[in-house]
Amino acid sequence: MGRFVVRRLLWLIPVILVVSGITFILMHSAPGGPWDRDLSARQVDPNTQRLLNEYYGLDKPLWRQFVAYIIGDYNKDGSFKCGLVCGNLGPSYRQRGLTIQQILFMPPEGKNFFYSRFGYSIRLGVYAMLFAVILGVPAGIISALKQNTWADYISLFIVTIGISVPNFVIAIFLIIIFASWLHVVSIVPRSWDQVDVWILPAIILGFGTMARTARLTRASMLEVMRMDYVRTARAKGMAERLVIFRHMLKNSLIPVVTMLGPSLAALVTGSFIIETMFGFPGMGRAYVTAIGQRDYSMIMGTTLIYAVLVALANLSVDLTYVLLDPRIRLD
Amino acid sequence: MAEILNVQGLETQFRTREGTVHAVNGVSFSLKEGETLGIVGESGCGKSVTVMSMLRLIPSPPGKVVAGSAMYQGKDLLKATDEEIRHIRGSQISMVFQDPMTSFNPVLTIGRQVAEPLEIHSAVSRQQAYDRAAEMLAMVGIPNAKDRLNDYPHQFSGGMRQRVMIAMSLICTPQILIADEPTTALDVTIQAQIVDLVKRLRDELGMAIIWITHDLGIIAGLADRVAVMYGGFIIEHAPVKELYTNPTHPYTMGLLGSLPRLDVSGRKRLTSIEGIPPVLLEAPHFCPFAPRCKYAVDRCWNENPGDFNVGPDHTAACWVDTKTGRER
Repeated sequence: MGRFVVRRLLWLIPVILVVSGITFILMHSAPGGPWDRDLSARQVDPNTQRLLNEYYGLDKPLWRQFVAYIIGDYNKDGSFKCGLVCGNLGPSYRQRGLTIQQILFMPPEGKNFFYSRFGYSIRLGVYAMLFAVILGVPAGIISALKQNTWADYISLFIVTIGISVPNFVIAIFLIIIFASWLHVVSIVPRSWDQVDVWILPAIILGFGTMARTARLTRASMLEVMRMDYVRTARAKGMAERLVIFRHMLKNSLIPVVTMLGPSLAALVTGSFIIETMFGFPGMGRAYVTAIGQRDYSMIMGTTLIYAVLVALANLSVDLTYVLLDPRIRLD
Repeated sequence: MAEILNVQGLETQFRTREGTVHAVNGVSFSLKEGETLGIVGESGCGKSVTVMSMLRLIPSPPGKVVAGSAMYQGKDLLKATDEEIRHIRGSQISMVFQDPMTSFNPVLTIGRQVAEPLEIHSAVSRQQAYDRAAEMLAMVGIPNAKDRLNDYPHQFSGGMRQRVMIAMSLICTPQILIADEPTTALDVTIQAQIVDLVKRLRDELGMAIIWITHDLGIIAGLADRVAVMYGGFIIEHAPVKELYTNPTHPYTMGLLGSLPRLDVSGRKRLTSIEGIPPVLLEAPHFCPFAPRCKYAVDRCWNENPGDFNVGPDHTAACWVDTKTGRER
């Protein structure tokens, strides 16, 4: 087990290298650079641009820049500046004086970690996940137990909407209904410390996952219900409720739980549309902004954090599998 | 000996998209204390559905018991409340299923599953139930029974799992054990071990057994009486010796003719029964075996035969006396 985890963590190294390589190439294929594309602001004059490029090493050949990002490079004064291998994600080109780590992980003065950009996105992702699980799993179980009744059809209807309609479309409808017409939530919050302003973004973000959770729970529950061991449990004289809770649930939730790990990663990393729509101070919005501004190191850093999150989520699936299913042994 | 179970006119149907399947069409039999009844027939003839109907384990819908009664201790199992039947299942009438690979819950330990009937039906602590489970496992011949309580089903071989299954079904010392093809999924040497085990336990515990199988060979050494089923009917019913020496229904004769015998000298070809089993989509208004029967007369196609007494405690449902070839 320990060896398995170590091996999987070592695999992160090539993953990070490949992801950063691809991101680097794509990023530099896009026209423009960090200093010349902000049409809203005054243009930076060519001489300053040249000095900035020189200062940040952007005048060097691309391969050299990539190596500098991953391993590090010598500064003008001859001192060595360590790159990604030391956990250094580099300085932001657009937010003066801040490193990428500071932008993403440093909370405002006097607040805890969960008030950093990363913390905000984590919280939103977790709330969305809670919504998805608390609603999706029971809905799936009920649909399976009451297969082909109105309860099943209603849940099927909602689930189909959740799977087929993109979340930003759902977002617009919900904003119109709950904010513009009913005035039950405010969509331009003064502060994200209020509880009610989280409701709408979390529900919208979690809607698709809720739908997929419900669908998968239903399918796997239906499969388990027909298993021989369920009949065995009934033949023992077990009460139906106990048959469901003790013999069906654990078996039918194995595939669901294993789906939830990657889903959480997808929710935390995939919230940029919702974050942008709601003006949410999270990592996703910072990511989108950084891409628009060609803030190279910010794009690289955020992408790598996302990659690591997804990889860890996949690892967590393999580990939960072992906990849930005694037939599975690692290594 | 006293009669403990009496099934009369049991009829079970399944509503399917293709139509109503008449799976069991008026089956009657009884069981005495400590007696072993074998129910024999080919796949799909209604053996399993018969016993599952009795314990109301038929999934409904689509299945439905439409007629009949199953009297157990003065109570009709088919009309008992869910709560009443639940208390009988597993404690007084218990079942062993065909496939020991799939009949255990893969994510619960063996100890948990074997102890479960006891925990449900009697007021014992979990520890007591586990102790008893270990005793039962030892009784069915599982080595190191106590240590194996914490193992999972996949850590047992097929034969061992079937032993565990038997231990689980007997932990509440039921009056009736229903074994639904318990040896079908096992290889032949293991089959023999399981049959010997059940015989030994029957002598020790004294329960009555209903043993369902399609293997006439197993039944010969195990059962007191045999009921042969075909197309949802019991078509012949006799004490085991009588059935083997004096088969009367053409189907039983066909079945026995297809078995190799060691007790008959001389070389004889094994015969097979021509044709295929009936599709039970129509209400049975003629003998279901008529299409495959070489004795069939006109009457077989128009009317379903009732049970005729053909010997001591021996009935057969056939319009033709196969000894003489004449119509009854």
